[in-house]
Amino acid sequence: MTDISMDGIVGTSARARRDIGLKRRYAAERRFRLYGVLAISVGLVFLAIMLVSIVSKGYTAFWQTTVTLPITFDAKVIDPSGKRATDPNVLIRANYPKLAENALIAKLGIDPGDKATVRKLKGFLSDGARAQLRTLVMADPSIIGTTRNVDILAAANIDSAFKGQIDLSVDESRRKVSDQQVAWMKQLAADGSLAEHFNKGLFTFGASSRPETSGMGVAIIGSLYMMGIVLLLALPIGVAASIYLEEFARKSRFTDLIEVNINNLAAVPSIVFGLLGLSVFINFLGLPRSASLVGGLVLTLMTLPTIIIATRAALAAVPPSIRSAALGLGASKMQMVFQHILPLAAPGILTGTIIGLARALGETAPLLLIGMVAFVADYPSTPLQPATALPVQIYMWANEAERAFVERMSGAIIILLVFLMAMNITAIVLRRRFERRW
Amino acid sequence: MNIMTETALESAVSDKVNGTPNETIKMRGQKVCVFYGEKQALFDVNLDVRENQVTALIGPSGCGKSTFLRCLNRMNDTIDAARVAGEITLDGEDIYDPRIDVVELRARVGMVFQKPNPFPKSIYENVAYGPRIHGLARKKPELDAIVESSLQRAGLFNEVKDRLHEPGTGLSGGQQQRLCIARAIAVSPEVILMDEPCSALDPIATARVEELIDELRQNYTIVIVTHSMQQAARVSQRTAMFHLGYLVEEGETDKMFTNPDDKRTQDYITGRFG
Repeated sequence: MTDISMDGIVGTSARARRDIGLKRRYAAERRFRLYGVLAISVGLVFLAIMLVSIVSKGYTAFWQTTVTLPITFDAKVIDPSGKRATDPNVLIRANYPKLAENALIAKLGIDPGDKATVRKLKGFLSDGARAQLRTLVMADPSIIGTTRNVDILAAANIDSAFKGQIDLSVDESRRKVSDQQVAWMKQLAADGSLAEHFNKGLFTFGASSRPETSGMGVAIIGSLYMMGIVLLLALPIGVAASIYLEEFARKSRFTDLIEVNINNLAAVPSIVFGLLGLSVFINFLGLPRSASLVGGLVLTLMTLPTIIIATRAALAAVPPSIRSAALGLGASKMQMVFQHILPLAAPGILTGTIIGLARALGETAPLLLIGMVAFVADYPSTPLQPATALPVQIYMWANEAERAFVERMSGAIIILLVFLMAMNITAIVLRRRFERRW
Repeated sequence: MNIMTETALESAVSDKVNGTPNETIKMRGQKVCVFYGEKQALFDVNLDVRENQVTALIGPSGCGKSTFLRCLNRMNDTIDAARVAGEITLDGEDIYDPRIDVVELRARVGMVFQKPNPFPKSIYENVAYGPRIHGLARKKPELDAIVESSLQRAGLFNEVKDRLHEPGTGLSGGQQQRLCIARAIAVSPEVILMDEPCSALDPIATARVEELIDELRQNYTIVIVTHSMQQAARVSQRTAMFHLGYLVEEGETDKMFTNPDDKRTQDYITGRFG
């Protein structure tokens, strides 16, 4: 064949031209490469803008201004009527902010009789001091009557001012901190008692109306519960379904239909899953609202198709020669699947699962519908109690107007991104580590 | 049981009458037809496999020889659309009888594939897997002995005895194929089916495997599919020629290669087609 055609060409023309349009072809290739580089650059620029804006707004959230004060646990303030031995409510209801205020007055050297100045002290310390001091006293009532140094959170406005986020050149009446407060702030900062510390509260506090005492503790626990539930349900169900479909089910119109539907399910908007969860789990089955159990179930439904698709791909990627080898030795189908195919597919399954989990971790819309956007101040001790989730927490903080909440929102985004990145890196590492070649 | 021994006897007797003594029929295919969906791949194949002999199946690609081979241990069962008609017996017992356990059958009729396909596990695990799932060894020393003797018989032991716990996939192609043979004989099969076992190997490794096949003949019945005429001539005692799903001719290898009855066999052997 080739011989004949070669002869034909050589025979008819002295030399065939092969460079027709060559320059144009090269130009087209160069152009295409340029488009590619442009597309990637645009993507990278947007990514960089997003990361820079989030990090620059959010990194300050990891530091919190506190004032170290020598608090005197004055029995006259805590228990003016002296009934604390008989009435436990006395310790709960005591006027703890007064203790902090007294300590601050002493520290700043203000005359306690100067009511006008003392009034300006309101709003300098966080109201969170009440809970903080109460916890100290309740844990150990014997500290009443003693003096000890306690780190009290500064109020959100003082925190913002100290971080330089409030423009002090603006007229005093139009900003949230007075000149007097700024002066006190500088005085305390000079002797080192007012300083920025790592913001543990961001990770431990629950919901609060005051920015300085609000944190993501409840959201982190809620998200952990949900991830646990998703892993516990979606992984076994998904893997079992995939094994059946890939290895045992006979190919028929029915299995084709199932396959198409699983692929469609993966593309269903998450809010639809939220509605499903609302009507099935809450309205029909009567599970509690806002509970991480319901959230976990909804996210399981959402993650299942992802896991099934990844698992089936991983199973199909195991070469048929391994199957024949096992069957040829007299292994039953079950033995073949569980002793050979599944271990070889495990890295792929794991990667798919982690990516599915990461998607579920960042999911917000379905959780809004099942009532997980709630003001939850206390840690949920079981998945049946109300909780929030990380992305929902971000959503809630984004709705707040105060400057300090915006900062926290960005901080929460950073934390969520770190979680997601850690999960994706784990997936990549696992894949690299256990990937087999035949 | 009685019927079985009778048929075995009968075949032994008929062999004697035909002038080929001591040739027990190990497996017998009668009117074997195989369908893949609508398409028929094998047409009424009658073929006997004799004990302790090497039977070579030759023929051009797509002629059904691998299909026939895969019928012998029911590997065709794994293909959804495949359907087998006719009768195939092992020691006089119909292997497609519903009472026959396919797992047990495959332990009696082992298989070695075209491409070396060791499990991505250690050499030891590769060989030990079969005996383990069939419960051939109760204790570790017994299993060790089976692994060692299987590797010995496959002529691989001396090459790998210091690295039994290294992955089997790390061996060379020829070693991998001998590992697969060791893996197949570890479950003490009666028949070993080989589907072009040397097609992925270089000439030296091929020679090594061919030698091995000749040695194994003492203890096992072997059916081998091959595309190499020389290989068929070298290793087999009997040869069967397939063409387009039909068994063209079957007989002693010497006769097949020197004086075939059918013109197609002659053409194929001399390289005129295929």
